[in-house]
Amino acid sequence: MNGGDILSLITVFVLAAFVGFEVIAKVPSTLHTPLMSGTNAIHGVVLVGAMLVLGTASGTSQMVLGFVAVVLATLNVVGGFVVTDRMLEMFKVRKPPKVSAESVSAVAPSTEGGPK
Amino acid sequence: MSLGTGIRLADLIAAICFVLALRGLTGPKTARYGNLLGAGGMTLAIAITFATNGLTHFLLIVGAMAIGTVIAVPAARLVKMTAMPQMVAAFNGVGGGAAALIALATFLRAPAGSLAVYEVVEVLLGVVIGCVSFSGSCIAFAKLQEIMTGRPVTYPGQQVWNGIVGVAILGLGVTVCVSSFNWLVAIVLVLALAFGVAFVLPVGGADVPVLISLLNSFTGLAVAASGFVLHSVVLVVAGTLVGASGTLLTQMMSRAMGRSLPNILFSAFGSVITATGGAEGDTTRSVRSASAEDVAILLAYANKVIVVPGYGLAVAQAQHTIRELADLLESRGVQVIYAIHPVAGRMPGHMNVLLAEANVPYEQLKEMDEANPEFQSADVALVVGANDVVNPAAKNNPDSPIYGMPILAVDEARNIVFMKRSMRPGFAGIDNELLFDPKTTLLFGDAKDSLTKVVAAIKAL
Repeated sequence: MNGGDILSLITVFVLAAFVGFEVIAKVPSTLHTPLMSGTNAIHGVVLVGAMLVLGTASGTSQMVLGFVAVVLATLNVVGGFVVTDRMLEMFKVRKPPKVSAESVSAVAPSTEGGPK
Repeated sequence: MSLGTGIRLADLIAAICFVLALRGLTGPKTARYGNLLGAGGMTLAIAITFATNGLTHFLLIVGAMAIGTVIAVPAARLVKMTAMPQMVAAFNGVGGGAAALIALATFLRAPAGSLAVYEVVEVLLGVVIGCVSFSGSCIAFAKLQEIMTGRPVTYPGQQVWNGIVGVAILGLGVTVCVSSFNWLVAIVLVLALAFGVAFVLPVGGADVPVLISLLNSFTGLAVAASGFVLHSVVLVVAGTLVGASGTLLTQMMSRAMGRSLPNILFSAFGSVITATGGAEGDTTRSVRSASAEDVAILLAYANKVIVVPGYGLAVAQAQHTIRELADLLESRGVQVIYAIHPVAGRMPGHMNVLLAEANVPYEQLKEMDEANPEFQSADVALVVGANDVVNPAAKNNPDSPIYGMPILAVDEARNIVFMKRSMRPGFAGIDNELLFDPKTTLLFGDAKDSLTKVVAAIKAL
């Protein structure tokens, strides 16, 4: 590939690094774990690369490497998003601002020591 | 619009989704939406990849993806909330492994000597960072899963050996770049795997989650490197985003524990413990243990009870029982709040998740800064399965490995009740002076059993 290509990739790299730093400047500690899990899922984009390797593979060793890479990357991306979603489902329950039937029942015991 | 342009546009949209996903994940209200947006961007990026020019082996690709999905979904769905940290470590490790394989495959594919130096550098970065992340995550997983000891593993000259391996990787890397000894890459790969293991071994106890966060950002960088190798913009963008934000997040996490990152990585946390704590502690001093009925009386006639939940509570799956106890106390007019240490459980925010699962009202959860002034006026501090986060050694004993870590001021409460399985020290492996304090009462046993007994005893009052 020519020099222009690598330079534009480096440009993208540097700008993305700045964005990465800026975008999460303030995070409450409660969200540290879900955020880590979320970023973990996002680097699962490596699946795209693994697909390209397997999809253009020729010869057994290339196919094996590509195949294993796709399996591993799929684990990363699927597992990453599902785990994060599970963590955040819990957060949905504990956010009481929306007045729905469910959240009312969740809040009620706090006002008066709910029926046991 | 040509196919190529379409793919690049889709990559751009995916990249925007990832940035917005990260931003969404920083706020409690937008977090879920952020994660879904990330998943949406990911689906787009993956789907459009199928349209890449010259791509074949569709069946194999789909088959491999199916295998991955079939393993990942149940693993992620069924894992207990308490085991989340090691699950994240595992998913992170395989991502690093995939990045390393991509770089390796691309390198092997090119005819010897046909790659420019910068291309070899890209490959090496992908292989090395990916392998370190992979093997490091494996060890972190093993530590948290208790397949191996969670304590720091140290041996003489550890830092020197790590340094030598690091220098060897660097030296061999340079040799590969300037020569045509391509087989050296195999040695670099093995050394990088060894380095990942050696890097994680001395980190122990409560520090492992911070380490996972660091390995997470490593994987991000490995993915970015493989993006350079494949000239894929979306890989570079997403990998770099994770690399950068992950580094910042790692710093935030270590700050929440009152320690610096180098301190966590290189201090072999815990190696001092035997020197400071082991001599006294043990069975030589007496502790006051009590029955569930005693504890019930103490709690039922208090005005204000502060619950300090820890990992022991989570392990015993006692979230629901503690809520039952709290409800019962409140019906008797006792004020109950929960004091949540930033690293209660095994990771920052972990305990909030567990308590939310048990429908503990949000308003009763107090973060450390909010909770600490409350202890002075509390009649009872009920410590359930927590230890290190209430250890006054962090305040008083400069020799202690946890010195400087912010702790919950449990020692200021009028009475302290510890529910513990045994006198065994906590996650960090340090004795807790507080257990020997005259105002401390211990109730031994599994947290859930103990709580159930206390609930029954209060009902019988």
